[in-house]
Parts: sequence; structure tokens; C-alpha cells
Amino acid sequence: MTLFGYRVPMMASLLVWCVIWELVGQSGAMFLIPPLSDVLVAAVALVQTGTWQAAAVTTLNSFLIGMFFAILVGIILGVLMGRFQAVDNLLGIWVNIFVSAPLSALVPVLMILFGMGETTVVVTVFLFAVWIIVLDTRAGIQGVPNSLIEMGRSYGASPLALYGKIILLAALPEILAGIRLGVVRGVKGVVIGQLLVSILGYGELFELYSRNFDMENFWALTIILFAAAMGLSALIENIEKRVDYYAGVR
Amino acid sequence: MRNITAHAASAAAHPAGADVAVEVRGVCKMYSEVEALRSIDLDFPAGKLTTLLGPSGCGKTTLLKIIAGLIPATSGEIRVNGKTVTGPGPERAFVFQDFALMPWATVMRNVAFGLELKGMGKDERQSIAARYINEVGLAGFENKYPHELSGGMRQRVGLARAFAVNADVLLLDEPFSAVDEQNRRKFQEDLLRLVALEKKTFIFVTHSIEEAVYCSDRIVILSRRPGRIAQIIEPEIDRSASPDAIRRDQGYLDTVEEIWQGLKRYVD
Amino acid sequence: MAVPAHVNGPSRTVPGTEASSFWRKLSEHRSALWRIASIGLFFLIWEIAGRIPISFAFPTFLETLRAFVTMTLDGSFVAAYAETLQPLVIGIAISTVIGIALGIVMGLSRFAEWLAAPVFIVLQAAPMAALIPLITFVYGIGLLAKTLAVIMLALPVIVLNGYKAVRNANPSLVAMCYSFQGNLWQRITKIIIPDASPVIFAGLRLGLAAGFIGVILAELLITPTGIGDLITYHRSVANYAEMYAAVVSIILVSTLTLAALEAFELRVLRPEKRRS
Repeated sequence: MTLFGYRVPMMASLLVWCVIWELVGQSGAMFLIPPLSDVLVAAVALVQTGTWQAAAVTTLNSFLIGMFFAILVGIILGVLMGRFQAVDNLLGIWVNIFVSAPLSALVPVLMILFGMGETTVVVTVFLFAVWIIVLDTRAGIQGVPNSLIEMGRSYGASPLALYGKIILLAALPEILAGIRLGVVRGVKGVVIGQLLVSILGYGELFELYSRNFDMENFWALTIILFAAAMGLSALIENIEKRVDYYAGVR
Repeated sequence: MRNITAHAASAAAHPAGADVAVEVRGVCKMYSEVEALRSIDLDFPAGKLTTLLGPSGCGKTTLLKIIAGLIPATSGEIRVNGKTVTGPGPERAFVFQDFALMPWATVMRNVAFGLELKGMGKDERQSIAARYINEVGLAGFENKYPHELSGGMRQRVGLARAFAVNADVLLLDEPFSAVDEQNRRKFQEDLLRLVALEKKTFIFVTHSIEEAVYCSDRIVILSRRPGRIAQIIEPEIDRSASPDAIRRDQGYLDTVEEIWQGLKRYVD
Repeated sequence: MAVPAHVNGPSRTVPGTEASSFWRKLSEHRSALWRIASIGLFFLIWEIAGRIPISFAFPTFLETLRAFVTMTLDGSFVAAYAETLQPLVIGIAISTVIGIALGIVMGLSRFAEWLAAPVFIVLQAAPMAALIPLITFVYGIGLLAKTLAVIMLALPVIVLNGYKAVRNANPSLVAMCYSFQGNLWQRITKIIIPDASPVIFAGLRLGLAAGFIGVILAELLITPTGIGDLITYHRSVANYAEMYAAVVSIILVSTLTLAALEAFELRVLRPEKRRS
């Protein structure tokens, strides 16, 4: 948007909402919403506590392990589905079901299978993130122009070089888009997993603060979490933009 | 063939005597820092087919869209039948390069769309649309959807839609560029038949020299950016001859060659 | 554009004998057959894994199927879904109306876009589930809280899809409508909304999927009711087959609902995709 001839950046409107939040909080109209300034003060205090740091480490740990396996399995499955019709026929229906299924219903099952611990959360993250990575990788692989593959073959590329130097690189924009969406889903997965297990990391803190009506800390926790989620997504978007230049030429 | 060279162009850009449908007066167009068109002065005679021809990026489509009222000129003015253009109007109809057909609507609804926007009743607009669907050779396809038609047939829908609103001036923006070669030839012949039949003013943008010479009463050649009038040519070809005879006619071939010699220097 | 037919699939001509006509029929239904084979294989693996068993809490497929049939017949599914689907339907209906209206306004007005788009971008990327414990403490454990949970998860994606669809409406069609002197209202109703409807519908499907997650989460976290209660209850009394049946049922219901929505879209709104 432009204002008085200046381009106002898009995200600047969030500042407007922050001001509104502060005003609503100051007015005390809703006890649920403390002033933003109090929340920020609480956030600064919170990150210095050992409880928060331990919770953050636990959460990050579950998230990273889950994402690692989701990306690994997602890309392998996606490539197999994109290249081999039989694999695609066999797995396609399940990937499409699970990509939009209410996986939160599966978490209780995971809890009895994997116990009330970190493993359950890791598996939740994996299940939330993996399907979209499979689908996007598959779409990327199928979008690789045949002429590019034939070019590789005609210049005598070995199968390994064909995958490593042509197919995977050509599909990179879609794979990265899938990973970005997977990360967004994975963050949701880690939160949902921990909330349902409720004795772990961030989920435990959320439970604790909301039960004690400690709204400053509750919102501080939320803001940190949202900021981390946005930051991660922006980071991958940034990498995506770097490979975008050749995606357009393709 | 009458050839009017650049320095004499401004005088002859206003043909004396003939009825003028569209007048372009001192039109300039700037896209922020880039000058697309520089002081264009041009008259389009009524009832004739005038072609705007030029290298890519010469602003011919921009000029056509300014005449259509789809984009504003930076300076200068357009008059159609003596009235200054401020936006699209009922006396002009546009045929789009990419057809601009609504994929969710049948051929019938697409052709009748201009009339639908005017608020005409369903039966009335459908009977008018049916006539033009027939005229462009699409009878029997009324209830098909655009994706079921070939490129050439889709553009016939676009043409029928423009005819249906009964405008005086038809503006065609590279209508055949997305149509394959063989369909294009057939389409050009059909267009000439419709030009003779409909007695309307046609303004036609193309980058194909052969197409311009084959179809036009008058060819305006624009120079490369900033677009200016480089040359105006009136091919004098016997239109009563058969299409195949025209394409072998010496006058036709000479005109194509002459234009190519003039345009060659713009090609990278 | 027009792709030659043989690119899409093998167009081998088969001599018209009895045997080959059988094979031709088979190949016509090839994708359906693959699907059945794929589902069958999955159930077979499940059955084998259950018989080993890989865990004391892992029932076989047949036990789960039996529990599924029993629960369908004795009415516990009916009662549970009556409770679960209510907040879901209300929440999705509200999100659809608000989401599409807001999306269109944001798509048409630069100011509305500037003001609202970042908020929804944040809300869509952020784990909104974290806020669900909060609504419990404000709006109690009733229908309102569950409906809010659905809206919180479903609204952002519906709004964002509506907004992107309207903003990216085919400029050529918009110019066409303008050139035939269509007014703003005609441009919105006759061009922009029909052109945006596939993306809006995709948003609805994503919103519905998120709504299912939200309602299940609310039932597991907030209020033991509906299908969430079935899952929690059977887990607590170690009726694992019944618990698995409940989980399978909700995945089945959500998949079938999404498929029905997609089929509706294809039949009613997208003539160009129907017979391709």
C-alpha cells in the first residue's frame, strides 16, 4: 500500500494491530488480554528462566528429529512416486488421504503405542509434515521436462548423476515448497502433540499458565512460538527465492 | 500499392475525403521511465481494415488498447465518431490475443456476454448470439465449452462476441497469434468475408507481414520503441480474386518484400 | 493446449476377441483396481502386524473392523457424530461466509489487503492449536468453545485462499469485462468470483480439513464429547479395537466429506474439468 507517496511495507500493518492490542489491554475490557507491553516484559523474563529453556530445548529437539525423518522419507517417497508408476498407484491414495486427514485423532493411538514421552511427539511431527513433502516432491519430479532427462541420457549420464545432477535439482523449487509447508505443519504437530501428551515441553507450560490464568506468560509463550514459526517459514522461503530464478526458465 | 514514406506520413495520415471513424491525436504513452509511444497522429478510415504492424515492443498493442479505452494515454486524445474516448464504449469492441473466454461458460453465453452485461433479456441476446455464432461458422457448437474447442474455434467465439454487440469499430489484438498456421489461413479468409459483409471499421494488430498485406486496406508501420509512425502503405490488391490467387499476386509479393526491407533493420 | 490423445495413455489397438475385451475392460478400470489393491495391501499388513503383535495395544484389522461394524450398528457412532459434526458444520459455515467475504474485500482493496493480510498470514503459519486451552477457560466446555476451535483453525486458510484467488483473477478476463462496459458489480459477480472459485474451493477443502483437526483437538483437550470421547473412553478401558475403529471412522468421515466437496465442485462449477 502507498501512503502519501511512500510505499508502506505489508507487514507494517502488524504494528497497527499491536497498538490496538495494547489499547485493548490497557482498557482492561478483557481479562484474557493483558497489555502487549506487559506481555513483552513477561517474554523477556520468561526466556531467562530455566523452565522455559528446558521446554524450548525439548520442543526443538522433538521438532528437529521429526522433521529430519519427514524430509528424508518425504523426498525418497516423492521421488519413487514421481518416477515409478507402480509406487504411485500403490501409495497415492494413502498419501492423499493422510495429507488432509485429521491427524490429531491419531495422537491418542500414538500415545499408547509410543508412550507418553518424546517419541510420541516426534512421530506426531513426522506424520503432520511428511505427506505434503511427498506430494510436492512427486509433483516436482513429474514436472521435470522429459527433454532434460533425455539430454542427460544422450550425454551418457549414469543413473546416479541423472538423479543427483538433473532430476533432483530440476525439482528443487517444488521440493523446497513442500519442505516449507511441511515445516509449518510440523510446528503445528509439535504443539498438538505436546498439548495432548501435556507433560512435555511447551505443552506443559501452556497447560500450566492457562490453568493458573497467568495470561502474561501465556501470551509471551504464544508470541515466541508464533515468531519462531514465522521465522522458520521465512527462512525457507528465502532459500526458495534463491532457486526460483531457474524455476522460471524451465 | 501506394507507399507513403515517413516524412510525408503525417500529411497522408489524414486521408482527405474519406469518412474517418477513429482519430488519434498526439498520443504519447510513458510506462514510468520507458517511452512506449511518441506523438502518434493517425486517422482510421471508416469501413476499412487498417493494420498496425511493427517489431515486437513497438507499442502497437498499447496503441490499440488506448483506442479501446483499456489503458489511458499519457497525453493526446482519441476520438471515435467525433467523440473523445475516456474509457471503453459501446461503439468499440475488442478481440483479445488470448481469446479471454470464460472457461465456465458455454459458447452461447460467451458470445452473448457483451449483451448480458448491457442487461438485455435472455431470449433476445441468445437469438442475436446464435446469428453470429452461425456467421463465424460455429453453428452446432453453441453448448460446447471453450476447452472443447481448438484454438482457431476459440478465437471465432471471441470474434462472434465482438460482432454481437454491434459496435462500429472492431479492435483485434493479434487475434491469430495463438492459432496454428493452417487454421490461421482459413480464418484470415473468413475474416475478409466478414469484413465485406459487416461494413465495420477494423483495426488490426499483427506482427505477421503476410497477414497484414493479405488482410489490410491500409498498413501503418510503427518503428521500434519509442513507437512512431514509420510508414503507411496501402496495398492495392484485387480482393475479388480467389485467396490463393491473391497469395501468388505480384503486387502482394512485392508489398511483403518492401515491408520486410523496411522492418529488417529493427530485427536483432 | 490441445494435447494429442496418445500422450496421455497407451492407445494400443486390441483385436476384438473375448479374452482381449476382458483385458481392455480391466485396463479401463485400472486406476480403480490399483486403488482396491492398495487398500487391500494396507489392511493385510495391518492384519499381520496385529497378529504378531507389534504391541499389546495394536489390534488386528479384523478386530478393528468388527468393532467398527458393532459401533455402527449399536448407534454409538451416530450419537458421537451428531455431537462432533454440529460444531464443525456451524464453524465451517461461519468461516466460509466470513472468509469468502473478507477474502474478496482484501482482494479488491489495497488498504484492506495491507491491514488484514499479514494477520492471516501469521495465523495460518502459526500453531493456532496452542490457543485452544485458552478458549476452554473462557467459553467453557460447550458448543461455543468447540465451534470457536473450528473457526480458529479453519478461517485463516479460507480467507487467504479467497484473497489470493481474487487478487490473481485472470487479468485478461477482467479487461474483457471492462471493455464490454461491465460495471464493478458485474465484474465481481460475473468474472472475478467464478474465476476465483476453484481456488476458493481449494481453500474450503483446506479449511474443512483444519476444522476436523480443530474439532477433534477440542474434544480431546477440552470436553470429552462426541468422537473424541469415544477415543478417550475406549483408550481408558483398554478397548483398543473400539478406539482404533473410532480413529479410523473420523479419518474416513473427513476423507469422504472432502471427496464429496471436490466432486460437488467438479460437477457444478467446473465444466472445463468435467469431460477432459
